[in-house]
Order: sequence, then structure tokens, then C-alpha cells
Amino acid sequence: MEVNDIIKEENKVYCKPELLDDVHMHYCPGCSHGVIHKLLSEVISEMGITEKTVGISPVGCAVFAYNYVNVDWVEAAHGRAPAVATAISRLWPENVVFTYQGDGDMAAIGTAETIHAANRGENIVMVFVNNAIYGMTGGQMAPTTLIGQKTATTPYGRRIDLNGYPLAITKLLAELDGTCYVTRQAVHTPAAVRKTKAALKKAFQNAMAKKGTSVVEVVSTCSSGWKMTPADANEWMAQHMFEKYPLGDLKDNA
Amino acid sequence: MKEEVKLMKGNEAIAHAAIRYGCDGYFGYPITPQSEVLETLEVLMPWETTGMTVLQAESEVAAINMIYGGAASGKAVMTSSSSPGISLKQEGISYMAGAELPALILNVMRGGPGLGTIQPSQADYFQATKGGGHGDYHLIVLAPSSVQEMVDFVGLGFDLSFKYRTPAMILADGIVGQMMEKVVLPEQRPRRTEEEIRRQCPWAANGRAGLRPRNVVTSLELESSKMEEINHRLQNRYREIQENETRWEELDVADADYLIVAFGSVARICAKAKDIAKEKGIKVGIVRPITLWPFPAEAVRKAAEGKKGILCVELNAGQMIEDVRLSIHDAIPVKHFGRLGGIIPSPQEVVDALEKNFIN
Repeated sequence: MEVNDIIKEENKVYCKPELLDDVHMHYCPGCSHGVIHKLLSEVISEMGITEKTVGISPVGCAVFAYNYVNVDWVEAAHGRAPAVATAISRLWPENVVFTYQGDGDMAAIGTAETIHAANRGENIVMVFVNNAIYGMTGGQMAPTTLIGQKTATTPYGRRIDLNGYPLAITKLLAELDGTCYVTRQAVHTPAAVRKTKAALKKAFQNAMAKKGTSVVEVVSTCSSGWKMTPADANEWMAQHMFEKYPLGDLKDNA
Repeated sequence: MKEEVKLMKGNEAIAHAAIRYGCDGYFGYPITPQSEVLETLEVLMPWETTGMTVLQAESEVAAINMIYGGAASGKAVMTSSSSPGISLKQEGISYMAGAELPALILNVMRGGPGLGTIQPSQADYFQATKGGGHGDYHLIVLAPSSVQEMVDFVGLGFDLSFKYRTPAMILADGIVGQMMEKVVLPEQRPRRTEEEIRRQCPWAANGRAGLRPRNVVTSLELESSKMEEINHRLQNRYREIQENETRWEELDVADADYLIVAFGSVARICAKAKDIAKEKGIKVGIVRPITLWPFPAEAVRKAAEGKKGILCVELNAGQMIEDVRLSIHDAIPVKHFGRLGGIIPSPQEVVDALEKNFIN
């Protein structure tokens, strides 16, 4: 049997998602963004909502998400993605609107916009990539940085007396009446990737069914910011991050 | 709704005008002296009639970013606030200028700096006309002097902002916002259909209908040569606006010995001052800039020819006077008279200032 006899459409078990552009990403090796972009592309495509999806990209490493996932995008000011999404979702009620935000965007500078959009129960999806560090600006402390974690602005480790506590904003959002589905996932193993994809799909279904705000946190790695190899970063995340940010559904009213 | 004649406050008139223009969405946060805009919209419930969205945001910052989103999707959206709130909106305004988005922003000015006062002021002239936020940009700035102009400038502001894909601001003062006057409300215009929006705004991010290529609305470009091109494009557009959209009004300029330059409600006080001065044998003409940016520099220069002096009357410590002096290259004396902190001058005070500066 020749190779070309095997490479046939009916034998295909895996391929690059149709909506994921065939371009070099600016993300570092081992970064979780690439996997999450791939999952978003798959979910949007499989749900057949490419024509009505609008993504809101953040300020942070994912600012260029619009260069990779082939849907309409609006690039928001730092932290303001939920406000931008609120308007588009209300003005185009048939559209499916999602924000894609990092920890600084969602849990520091954009806390007010995040909480109030969720509390209004905007029919949007918030994808929250939590890697406990500021990647784009060069590895400074994030609101979600762990106690003792070394960053460019906590060179001797985060201290409670100086920097306060890591903020589990997803836990806070789960308390709000406007959220219908709040979950925390990861993409460090094939099983975790599958669960994250299912969570994203559920979140997009909720937005389409106008059930309120869905939040999908993805506990992620930043091997550059953490100064680790991609493999070590995955291990460190599982060992340290999941204690403060345990995986699983925090709320599911949908 | 047909054309109607009503008696109402400037702020209320803005709400009626927005609905009748066919505005798609208003997003705002209460602040004195302009809260009646949001209040009136909530009473009128336009979502039941024209389908217009109205939302009280959690902050001025959220409100401006909501209109950033709405504008990015091609909708005709607006926000309103007053001075301290407009300061908060500057980030979003700069982003809208950078992303080339049409939108309407109303500032009903109160006295500052800081929390200042809730009384009328024109002290945000610099902020509105010289940038306000970061980066090289301009807003189209319209200064209404009557409740009727509050209504008219909603339509004009939206039309210009869509024509040039740049945000427009109505820079009103607390007097125009709060006073009641007779006003003609225009006939209801239908809101654009989604199909019309897609045709008018092929750049807008509202879903890849028909699987067209993706639209991305952003103000970001990290490659300097491309960013310079974008800046040149903006500057070319600003020049086009200066050439085509400069607006002003003149009163008795031809026969005058002295010129008053004033905008907004202050220009009406000055019109009365002109009459008082005439009784005293002092011939005064008035130039009222309607667009503060682009500033009617050429009109001021022409009006100043052969005059003995110019008095700039403003509710601030002297802001527009800089543009007036630049317009005439200080060819004749230019003086400033202003009241601060929310005080409104009487026509007699204006005449006194004219006499003190140029005659006595």
C-alpha cells in the first residue's frame, strides 16, 4: 500500500482547524495560548457560528489573537474587553461575542468591567487565560501570582505583606447571579485539552441560548516568564498552580 | 414621529434627538449637569420603539469602551458625560481616534479642575480641541449655543463622524445643558438595517457574514513604518476636515470697530453685550466658532481686518484665545475676559471688559 492510498479524507483523524490561520505565531514555545486558540477555532467551526462570532482581544500576549483565529475581532483597551463585548452583544443580539483575556487584563486593570459585565449577565463568553504572570511586558507580578513566586517585580518572591494575596477572580465571578457557567480548566495534558474544549463549547452554547455570562478559566503556563522549559512549566503548574486554582466547574446553572 | 415643537432642557433634547436620528445605542454614567440625557432615554424607552439600546454603565470608562465596541461593529452609538467623566473617557476616545471609529460624545462642561463645581464652564476647550488623550489626533468639536443646536448637532455630529470615520464631540456648557428653550425636534429617521450597516461600514467587526474575510478593528501596529503611514492617513483626513467642515457664525462684523470671539452660550451673552455697547456708540461684531476643531482661523483673520481689537470671552482662564491669536498672528491686540468656577458673566460685565481693555 502506498502512502497516498492512506492519506484520504475518510481516514483523517486529526487536522489543523479550518479557522486557525497557517501562520507563525508570536507565542513562545510551550505557551498555552496556541492550544487555546486551536480549541476556540475548533469549537466555533464545529458549532457553525463563524459568520456570527466576534472576538474581543485583550492587551497582553494575546493582543494578536486576531492574527490567528479567522473570525471578526475588536482589539480592546487594557481590561475593557467585557465593556466592548457588552455593547456588541447587545447591539447585535444574533451574534456570539467572546472576550479573550489574561490575568492582568481580567483580574487587575479590568476588574470593574469584568465583574459588572458578569453581574449584568451579559450573554457573552469570557475566556480567561491565567498564567500567574505578565507575559508581554516581561514577566512582572500578576494579580494571580502565587505567594513566593518570583517575577520581575517580586524578585524575591511574592510576599503577602507587600503584595497581598493571589486573586481567584473566577471564584468571585461564580458568586454573581449573572453568571450561568464558571469553570476552571487547563491544557497541559491531552485529557485536560479535551475537557477545556468541552467547556468552551458549553460556554458558547450558553451564549447562544442567552443564559447569561459563561467564564472559562484556563490555568496556563508561561515558560518564558517563569524561566522554565515547556516541560518543566507544565510540571510546575500542576504542582503549584492547581492548589490555589483547582480545576473543575465552580458553577453550572446551564 | 413627525417634526414637533417642544419646550425642553438641552440635555433632554439630546435624548430626543438621538432617538429621532436613528441612533443605535447610548451608553452612559450619571454625572451632574448632564444626567437628564440618560434619565430621559430611560423614560422614553426607545428599545420599545426604534430598537435603540440604552445602558447605564458601571463607569465612564466602561461607557466609552462600550461605544468603542458598538462603533467597531458599525453601529451609530453615543455617550455623554461632564468634565471629570470626560477625563476618564480620554483613553477610549484616543483608541477610537486610532481605530478610526465614528461615534458621538457629549461633554456638558462643568467647572474644574478636579471635582470642581457642578456649575457651567468652558474650561475643557484645550482638552477637546488639542487632543485630550494620548497620541496625534483631533476630534470634530461642535459647540452649541442653544437647545436647538444641541438637537441639530446630534445629527451633524453623527453624519460628520461617519463621513470621516473619526469621533465627534458636542462640547456644550452647563448652561445649554440645563436651560429650557423652544426646540424643533426633527422627524423620526429609521435606524439603518443590519444590511445597510454592512454596506456602509464594510470594515466593521460584526461577524463574517457570507464568510467574507475577517474584519479586525484595532489601533495597534507595532511596525513603525506602518504606524507612520496610519498617522499620515489620519493627518490627511484632519486636513480634509479643516478644508471642508469649518463652521462659524458672524454678527455685525462688517461695520464693527471691535470684535468679540465667543462660543457656546457665552456667544449669546455677548450678542446682548453688543447691543448695549451699540447704545454707547461702541461698534462691536461677533464671531462665534461653531466648530472649535477645526477652528475657523481664516474667518477670524478676515473678520479682524481693520478692527481695533479682539476680546475673547470664555468661561475659562483663556483657552480659545490662543487659537484666536494664532489665527491673526497678533496683528491687532487680543484680550481675554473670562469668569471661572461656574460664574456666568452678565452682558454689562462684557461691555465693561471691552471698555477697560480697549477704550478707557
